[in-house]
Amino acid sequence: MFENLQSRLESAFKTLKGQGRITEINVAETVKEIRKALLEADVNYKIAKEFTDKVKEEALGQNVITSLQPGQLLVKIVNDQLTALLGGEVAEINLSSSPNIILIAGLQGSGKTTFTGKLAYYLKNKKNQSVMLAACDVYRPAAIDQLKVLAEQVGVPVYTDYETKNPVLIAQTAIAKAKEQGIKTIIIDTAGRLSIDEEMMNEIYNVKQAISPNEVLFVVDAMTGQDAVNTAQAFNERLNFDGVVLTKLDGDTRGGAALSIKSAVKKPIKFVGMGEKMDALDVFYPERMAQRILGMGDIVSLVEKAQMVYDEEEASKLNKKIAANKFDFEDFYTQIQQIKKMGNLKDLMGMIPGVGKAIKEIDINDDAFKEIECIIQSMTPKERKNPEIINGSRRARIAKGSGKDVQKVNQLMKQFEEMKKMMKTVNKMQSSGRNMRMGFK
Amino acid sequence: MGFFDFLYKEKKEQLNKGLEKTKVSLFSKISKALLGKSKIDAAFLDDLEEILLSSDVGVKTTIEIINRIEKRATDEKFLGENELNKLLRDEISGLLDDNALVAKIDFDLTNAPKPYIIMVVGVNGVGKTTTIGKLAHQFQSSGKKVLLGAADTFRAAAVDQLKIWGTRANVPVVALGMNVDPSAVAFDTVKKAVDEQFDVAIIDTAGRLHNKVGLMNELSKIKRVMQKVSPDAPHEILLVLDASTGQNAFEQAKQFTAATEVNALALTKLDGTAKGGVVIGISNEFKIPVKYIGVGEGMNDLQIFNKNEFVDSLFGE
Repeated sequence: MFENLQSRLESAFKTLKGQGRITEINVAETVKEIRKALLEADVNYKIAKEFTDKVKEEALGQNVITSLQPGQLLVKIVNDQLTALLGGEVAEINLSSSPNIILIAGLQGSGKTTFTGKLAYYLKNKKNQSVMLAACDVYRPAAIDQLKVLAEQVGVPVYTDYETKNPVLIAQTAIAKAKEQGIKTIIIDTAGRLSIDEEMMNEIYNVKQAISPNEVLFVVDAMTGQDAVNTAQAFNERLNFDGVVLTKLDGDTRGGAALSIKSAVKKPIKFVGMGEKMDALDVFYPERMAQRILGMGDIVSLVEKAQMVYDEEEASKLNKKIAANKFDFEDFYTQIQQIKKMGNLKDLMGMIPGVGKAIKEIDINDDAFKEIECIIQSMTPKERKNPEIINGSRRARIAKGSGKDVQKVNQLMKQFEEMKKMMKTVNKMQSSGRNMRMGFK
Repeated sequence: MGFFDFLYKEKKEQLNKGLEKTKVSLFSKISKALLGKSKIDAAFLDDLEEILLSSDVGVKTTIEIINRIEKRATDEKFLGENELNKLLRDEISGLLDDNALVAKIDFDLTNAPKPYIIMVVGVNGVGKTTTIGKLAHQFQSSGKKVLLGAADTFRAAAVDQLKIWGTRANVPVVALGMNVDPSAVAFDTVKKAVDEQFDVAIIDTAGRLHNKVGLMNELSKIKRVMQKVSPDAPHEILLVLDASTGQNAFEQAKQFTAATEVNALALTKLDGTAKGGVVIGISNEFKIPVKYIGVGEGMNDLQIFNKNEFVDSLFGE
């Protein structure tokens, strides 16, 4: 139901087209669309309004540079503003105390215990810290056991007390134990609580007062709706927390709550949860979040992923081959392997702006390349290096060998030739210094 | 009769209490917006839009409601506050679907197949296991023979959590431990329910984000496996939604319905400041009725959703 903001704005931009300046009148419709997009991404109503007012102010009177369409300019303003709002100073977790005491707080089901496990994993493996966990959720059935299991998975000690129903006492004892054992960092997991539950809010306040943590983290579900602001404010009033953890971002939520919370309490988002495994914890990238809220795809992540597996030497070799029209099935096969290395095909395509929603309904088979690989593998090395020698009888043999129809082989041959042609054209353009202009529309 | 009256009243009070926040945010603002107004004008509609949007009702449903009110107001020449209340109530009530047969089966299981198999699904952290604990208690209290199935074999200590609820509600739990195939647990649960003539069996599943194809396929499989024992099972596929969730709840409803044909919704954590407005849109778009609402952490804090009571409580009656 959410469309890419860029495509949504298209109709609104029609009014802007051909006009040299952005004016009050021609921008109104567009600003409305931006506000709608923000609301659909769960940005708080008031904050969305404030935000679009600001964008409007910024945009009004700006000259529409000829190379940029007014629409592009506005999207840029929106994106920049959003990134600035989400970002600010980059804040790492504070690990300057000895020992470090980290208090975790949040609503029920936000993912506190899972995050506690992940943070322990992160501190142990990335920051070389000795870590101990303390189980202070004395209410939810089996919450203590859950933390115990996670501690075991991560390989850190955990302090539990099934008898004491007093979180303050448990936290204090855990800290004393950790000090005794010379442990550097203690993470205190607490029970989920509603921000309107006075008694429970007092409890966590008391825990904080008793142990004076050097880092208090507020854990919040990225799927939270309009209420994110109230909840964050209520927790901040009582705990004055140091940072926010946004969980379940591996879902498809647009995560407007991030903007709402950041604007409301002005605290940095320090971590994002990206899955159920213990290493699925990431630091926060404001510009990616901005694009996600706007539905612009996570093109940066895609590029980074591509860079990770992209072998420069290999690429220049390939470029030469393409230029000399010598791209063969061996190269094609290598390319497929590279793409596969980048990961799940659907995830990859989902990162391309505009594609995300389109492929959501389609179940992309990760074995999409299997057929092609299979056919290529049934070719002799000579055939792979010299595709032109593959005649009718060779095709029949390849088909038989790969267990496919001859039509499939023919189809692949045809696609391969077309690809070759296209690659050559692109290659030529690049080497002649011309850039392909990415069409905005 | 008097005793039951009391029960009913208490339940209603609980509902009112649970929905207090929603009521306050919706109704009081609506009255304020209306103050001194004798007709629906642009300013009023703006206020109404803000109220609906900030209750997570969503852009699409909000626009729909506003357009309809605008139209009816012109058609019916609306004048006065009371008429507007009625109009608004009609509109919201019209959006809340209550047609599915499954919504009519309550804790007494009148006209329900035996055993009545409920499969509970949802994303992580919405309160599936807690809801099951409360359901078990409610069915047990109305004299039914209840069985639970611990098919969340993935999340750390999930099986233990359900077992504790089983003990609290005094009902048996089928558990095969952690990291076993959840379909096997579901199969055993349904088989035991059939063989030993339980009235109701409730199967817990691991929380999963709806965009993970593999995990959604697993749900379809769990469902298929149950059908090997009882061809109509599960009779109720209950999607649990967190009332504080925003527009993503739509995607949740869509994807879980695609994988398992969800036919009932449970809305949890309605006692928070959460507004749960998103269910109005979901109920309207997917024609899945809200069947249960969770309004607290106690065993009794789960109720069968009554559309009229809900709308009444929104309007302070």
